[in-house]
Amino acid sequence: MADRIKLQVARYRPEREAEATFDEYEVPCPKDWVVLDGLNHVKDRIDGTLAYRWSCRMGVCGSCGMMVNGEPKLTCATFLADYAPGPIRVEPLRNFPVVRDLIVDIGDFMRKLVTVRPWIVREEEKPLSAGEYLQTPEQMDDYKQYSMCINCMLCYAACPVYGLDPLFIGPAAIALAQRYNLDSRDEGAAERHRVLSEHEGIWGCTFVGECTRVCPKHVDPAGAIQRYKLTAAVETVKAFFMPRGA
Amino acid sequence: MSPGQVQPEYRQRVLPPRVSTLWWLGKGTYFAFILRELSCVFVAWFVAYLLLLVRAVSQGDASYQEFLAWSATTPILLLNLVSFLFLIFHTVTFFDAAPRAMVMKVGRNRVPGRVVLAGHYAGWAAASAIVCWLLLGA
Ligand code: SF4
Ligand code: FES
Repeated sequence: MADRIKLQVARYRPEREAEATFDEYEVPCPKDWVVLDGLNHVKDRIDGTLAYRWSCRMGVCGSCGMMVNGEPKLTCATFLADYAPGPIRVEPLRNFPVVRDLIVDIGDFMRKLVTVRPWIVREEEKPLSAGEYLQTPEQMDDYKQYSMCINCMLCYAACPVYGLDPLFIGPAAIALAQRYNLDSRDEGAAERHRVLSEHEGIWGCTFVGECTRVCPKHVDPAGAIQRYKLTAAVETVKAFFMPRGA
Repeated sequence: MSPGQVQPEYRQRVLPPRVSTLWWLGKGTYFAFILRELSCVFVAWFVAYLLLLVRAVSQGDASYQEFLAWSATTPILLLNLVSFLFLIFHTVTFFDAAPRAMVMKVGRNRVPGRVVLAGHYAGWAAASAIVCWLLLGA
């Protein structure tokens, strides 16, 4: 196996460049090194100006997402050796504005996320003295898969609908809305329904399915969206035949 | 900075995202998605074709024979063959989505996705059998 591999890294220095360019670096390629190790090697030993995000180095914080050879990946979970003999092209996540080098601005997602109220909504809180909200393992299984989301944005980078229509609320926001809708302790489904059932909500999704394929946490956002489409359609039919107050 | 001087507004010069018009050629799965979208055109064609058949039958035997002769021409045969292949593709991809959209439970247990999928194929087979029986057996 080659003991070194070339990284072609996208650079964008807004103070002096109008467009992104590529810089090439050669890094060691031991079999346990991930792409993030390669970038850290560049930053520590070759070019300290390279900018990128990371934190946990164990697939938990969701901050190291980048395009690796055109695919959205967590760079802390993507091994250099799998791309030998290289070169490996590392770019910022697609569909987001690039702030510098490999850093993207995910503000759009953060603003959309709060609109689906991704927390437990209660019409009335129990007093503390009434104890915890209990849940059976089966009730927890209903939403657990969707709770695994780490906001890594790989699904947004993979979604052509989001790329073409930036108003689309996007896969992770809908999956996270479902995470709370399906939680037995939550009572906020009707509020979320207003946002999710708009054109830029679930109906914007044309089921390309790439979000699910790239998701490192097996959240299956595409499944969450199709599932909610069915729920929304049933709700619409119900509202038609059984209007409230009739 | 002297007192009273206003800090100029800081504007980040970000690189806006761009999507190529040929994005759907960039990946096999994107291309398959576009084919699935295109398949709707062929679904619409089969609906129109069925309506033309109904109209021909309602206008009597001569009109029906004319419709059959028109259907046997090479361009219509080719169009129907391509439409049929697209319809199969449309159906298979639609069924694939079904187990993920339909979460069914029996008691406390979730019905496995492959059972939901098998149910769809069984429904398809039953409908096809009824059509075959109507055409050939009845
Ligand atoms: S759904 Fe998956 S890919 Fe999307 S942000 Fe969450 S963990 Fe990342
Ligand atoms: S560094 Fe935290 S997920 Fe990769």
